[in-house]
Amino acid sequence: MSFRIVVLAKQVPDTRNVGKDAMKADGTVNRAALPAIYNPEDLNALEMALHIKSKIKGAEVIILTMGPPRAAEIIRESIYRGADGGYLITDRKFAGSDTLATSYAISLAVKKLAPYHLVISGRQAIDGDTAQVGPQTAEKLAIPQITYAEEVESVDEKQITIKRRLERGVEVVRTPLPALITVHSSAPECRPRQAKLLMKFKHARTVTELQEEVRDYTELYIKRPYLQIEEWTVADLHADVEMLGLSGSPTKVKKIENVVLQQKETVLLTDADKDIEGLMKELISAHIIG
Amino acid sequence: MANFYTDNEDLKFHLTHPAMDKIVSLKERNFADKEQYDYAPVDFEDCMDNYDKILEIIGEIAGDTIAPNAEDVDHDGPELINNQVNYAKGTRQNYDTLVQAGVVGISLPRKYGGLNFSFVPYVMSAELVARADAGFANIWGLQDCAETLHEFASDEIKDEFLPRFNRDGATAAMDLTEPDAGSDLQAVQLKATYDEKAGLWRLNGVKRFITNGDADVSLVLARSEEGTSDARGLSLFVYDRKDNAMTVRRIENKLGIKGSPTCELVFTNAPAKLVGDRKMGLIKYVMSLMNSARLGVGAQSVGIAEAAYREALKYAHEREQFGKSIIEYPAVYEMLTNMKAKTDAIRTLLYETSRYVDIYKSYNNIAEDRTLTPEERNDFKHHQRIADVYTPLLKLFSSEYCNQIAYDSLQVHGGTGFMKDFPIERIYRDARITTIYEGTSQLQVVAAIKGIGNGLYMKILRDNEKLSIKPELEYLKHSLVKMTDQLEKTIEKVTTAESAELYDFHSRRLVEMAGNTLIGYLLLFDANRSDKYKKSAEIFIRLGKTENTQKVSFINSFDVKELGNYKY
Repeated sequence: MSFRIVVLAKQVPDTRNVGKDAMKADGTVNRAALPAIYNPEDLNALEMALHIKSKIKGAEVIILTMGPPRAAEIIRESIYRGADGGYLITDRKFAGSDTLATSYAISLAVKKLAPYHLVISGRQAIDGDTAQVGPQTAEKLAIPQITYAEEVESVDEKQITIKRRLERGVEVVRTPLPALITVHSSAPECRPRQAKLLMKFKHARTVTELQEEVRDYTELYIKRPYLQIEEWTVADLHADVEMLGLSGSPTKVKKIENVVLQQKETVLLTDADKDIEGLMKELISAHIIG
Repeated sequence: MANFYTDNEDLKFHLTHPAMDKIVSLKERNFADKEQYDYAPVDFEDCMDNYDKILEIIGEIAGDTIAPNAEDVDHDGPELINNQVNYAKGTRQNYDTLVQAGVVGISLPRKYGGLNFSFVPYVMSAELVARADAGFANIWGLQDCAETLHEFASDEIKDEFLPRFNRDGATAAMDLTEPDAGSDLQAVQLKATYDEKAGLWRLNGVKRFITNGDADVSLVLARSEEGTSDARGLSLFVYDRKDNAMTVRRIENKLGIKGSPTCELVFTNAPAKLVGDRKMGLIKYVMSLMNSARLGVGAQSVGIAEAAYREALKYAHEREQFGKSIIEYPAVYEMLTNMKAKTDAIRTLLYETSRYVDIYKSYNNIAEDRTLTPEERNDFKHHQRIADVYTPLLKLFSSEYCNQIAYDSLQVHGGTGFMKDFPIERIYRDARITTIYEGTSQLQVVAAIKGIGNGLYMKILRDNEKLSIKPELEYLKHSLVKMTDQLEKTIEKVTTAESAELYDFHSRRLVEMAGNTLIGYLLLFDANRSDKYKKSAEIFIRLGKTENTQKVSFINSFDVKELGNYKY
């Protein structure tokens, strides 16, 4: 039996380069104005998975991503970096899902990939910043979880030892497998896309994407069936529709406020060690640095 | 999150030049590789898309990894530990990332694990890397050595060495210079003797100023013919670092490109393999290697120019004096506009030269498998001849301009630029070597003057006149025709004086006059293809016209008797 690592990755709007059109008048994110990118911490997660793959003979890395049809790009990007394949969970019925409904859908998809040994995701996505989907998925799968992972200290077919990055230090923990791990941004950055993999898989498409292609891929896909990316719908997951989308999402947005940060007071510091130390402590405790 | 490929529209403009159709078809030969390799392109569009996407990967590595490491690499530099070179941490990281991305051996054929990219995108990758860190660009660019092995070595050597580039990320070095053989490589002394018992060659001697000297694969120029003292006694060898018979005696402490280790090497009975034929080392193989290396310096210079221009532009927008940004003052904006025009100028010459090299190299490869048709043979010769006169012109102009641009960029920064706080002081130091290594500017003139002597520059210029351009650009062409007439007359004047020394004395002036006119045409053609280049074409042609007139005034008022004033 091969050692299966499932990576949960999300396509997100690039909120790091927010322009003036980033928000719509109703306060929701204007996705059209922001480029869609691979959620940064999910890239750290992918790197951890690929690292583990290199340590364990016969290990495979499978990507799961949930989103609109264009989120298939996440699977291609992962394959370019060394992932073995992936599935796109996509269905209009998922629209409006909060973290609870999302983790429900993802947990069903992970179960479909059983037996698995590890599920690895980023700590949180930059669009919602909830850090809830990973832990909720672990709960639904009834497997142990390690959050804020920074480094794999050791791993074998039975257990994994992880260094966690916490606010005031690090912690080393071990868990039997299968387990779910969420990865912190301080973990190693993801390796680059590999030229040959990119050229080999750049035509990989989902069925939905193929329907929209101008170019006829029929012949190519007969020759190269590995280019087909599979899509999973609500029906494929045998999911309860009530537990998905808006009906399955208890989270309701009550109010959205525009916050303008303003400078309130000025503190004059000298270059004395005492002042500098005081400033450092303040910045660390306010989580501005550290 | 910087990408040095996608943030620079000029690159895509040159990558999508109409000649790419021919270049790709010569390189991919009916896309035959597609049956055997799942990553080979199936048609022209697919191939161009591959070039685009892989350059995007390299652009990302350049922007996100190499550029941010540049300052530390410049500061730390490589170290010599137990007679071996230890790269600076950032250098190691840069190279490892490129190896992971599988882009080393970018131009090698697929059967050796390469990507089989044509020369144009390969040169573009070198420009991208140089913009991020000019010193690191040397380590990247030395994969030219793999190209030389591919072109001239036996199948046995190719099978042994070439797959290591893409697979293992092998690095390379070209070991030519010695303490007493710099510009004059005929004086090389490092000795190669054939060891009958072991059935291989042994190298003994010293090499100096060797870039990346402790590389995995070294091409070594050595004297294989006992009792000779000229170029005909030299052969080219390949040495494998695994044989542990070469030590690094010292690493030079340099003004710039400090991340690139410049080594003094000692070979002691080092086993080596002969590349190609004996006695052809300098005459044929090193000449070819040097041509590639000169093009490499061209790419490096354009990268440096781009980096320097961008630093100046950014600073000039941000810096306010007397209540407004300094870019609003004529003295500053003129500098910036000239910098941009010169950058566009050397870039267009870089890719024009690359296209000629690309085409003749592809014909070379085809000729290994079958005889070329007479038309192909003519086309091959045509492209090779032009590449030969464009290459020294490119090396001369690009290296001199990148220095001028770095100088002006630092000037725009004012006192701040003189401090270590901004990247421009590093860029300024890094630029300085480009007019020196791989043949000084003075030697490029010696090579380029052939294009004046054999009339090839004049022929290209007159042919250019016949090409049609948009009516609204005719006035620029008119200027260029006048510059060509002026050049023709001046060449005639210098030649009819019948003094070889006077001809040498004025040669740089003549070469630069030809260069200004040729580059003017290239920018005009760029402007014809996209309005974006109209401004640079106008500005450059104005500069060129003025400069040429000045040179003509010097030449016309100069009497051969005055040479004495200049002699020691």
